[in-house]
Amino acid sequence: MVTFTVEDHDGNRQTVEAPDDMGLSLMEVLKASEYPVLATCGGMALCATCHVEILEGEDALGEATDVELDQLENLPEYFPTSRLACQVRISPLLEGAVIKLRGEDN
Amino acid sequence: MISTDICIIGAGPVGLFAVFEAGLLKMRCHLVDYLPQVGGQLSEIYPQKPIYDIPGYPEIKAQELVDNLMEQIKPFQPTFTLGERVEHLNKQADGSYIVVTNENTQIHAKVIVIAGGLGVFEPRKPALEKLDHFEGKGVAYMVKNPETFRNKKVVLAGGGDSALDWTIYLANVAERVTLVHRNETFRGAPDSAAKVFDLANNGKIDLILSANLKELGGNGKLSSVTLEGKNKEEIVIDADYLIPLFGLSPKLGPIADWGLSIDKNAIEVDTRDYSTGVERIYAIGDINTYPGKLKLILCGFHEAAIMMHSAFKYVYPDQKLSFKYTTVNGVNAF
Repeated sequence: MVTFTVEDHDGNRQTVEAPDDMGLSLMEVLKASEYPVLATCGGMALCATCHVEILEGEDALGEATDVELDQLENLPEYFPTSRLACQVRISPLLEGAVIKLRGEDN
Repeated sequence: MISTDICIIGAGPVGLFAVFEAGLLKMRCHLVDYLPQVGGQLSEIYPQKPIYDIPGYPEIKAQELVDNLMEQIKPFQPTFTLGERVEHLNKQADGSYIVVTNENTQIHAKVIVIAGGLGVFEPRKPALEKLDHFEGKGVAYMVKNPETFRNKKVVLAGGGDSALDWTIYLANVAERVTLVHRNETFRGAPDSAAKVFDLANNGKIDLILSANLKELGGNGKLSSVTLEGKNKEEIVIDADYLIPLFGLSPKLGPIADWGLSIDKNAIEVDTRDYSTGVERIYAIGDINTYPGKLKLILCGFHEAAIMMHSAFKYVYPDQKLSFKYTTVNGVNAF
């Protein structure tokens, strides 16, 4: 299991624990945790509605792919540590990370 | 006024297949969609992506499925209002409805089917003060008629293909085009990016990179756009129009105001026939919710078949419906 912190649109923080051996994406875990993540395209990096900002722990996650950057750069607002939650795998690299929801809620 | 048996709001795959199921029961359909083309998410977001869970198709590209659905419903001659958003449903004394769009198109229908997917695809808006104040008064999110911008000063913002394409097009129409992009490079089509850099190098357009929109100015109508540059400096540009092009995002939109029971942006329905709590209004596909709901195209197809059998009683109140396979009767065109 891996533990990280999620900050919602209102600034509330909550610790989330997720299995790191099931190939889940961060987007899937956020949705399963009932966070208001639209994820219109279902995880294909095509809609950017699961936009998150990695407030802490971004170095461990490495660079976004070109496909991911294509979507992020089209958003009206994005940040140096913006990622698409659907493209971030749940792995030990996320341990202790702080993730802020940025995408449109549903 | 357009008159039809059934008005389907949403021309995605489920809305399109609903036309087929209605047609088998001799009910005519008119479809309305805010997008300028049919296909919904499939055409707008992932036209070239393969889908693997459509029965009978081990693999089919999203746009190919939409094209096939259009072919399948052709015998039933559906009509379309595209590029318009349904704003109001006005109930009539006889129980039928008049559907009114944002362009004041009116459609009279005996039954309403909401097949709106995740809602209306609306433009993503930049976080700017007074943005709504200037909407329709200088701020536009799409180029409906390029002639609107002839001999005007136009600022476009964004770095995707839409921003590049419209910059190239409007360079020959507008008095002056300024393209604002937050980065130094474009990730859109390389050919388009090269054309934009050429236009800038030749003085045909103004290209401002590493800058963000900051403020809008004007008295009643837009007259300037202020940017924040790389070194936090302010850049003020005279502008008749600002066109932010940051893609589309689904919103529930006016559907939320129609008195339907909504749970987490989805319409609650009775799974016996996918009716909403309001008589003659049904909801099928991703827009509805019920215990066990799966947001799959094939589930929406199933819902379309069942709801159309329920809707029959409103279109033909004096007839009794008997179920028949298409292998018995075939597909009888209108």
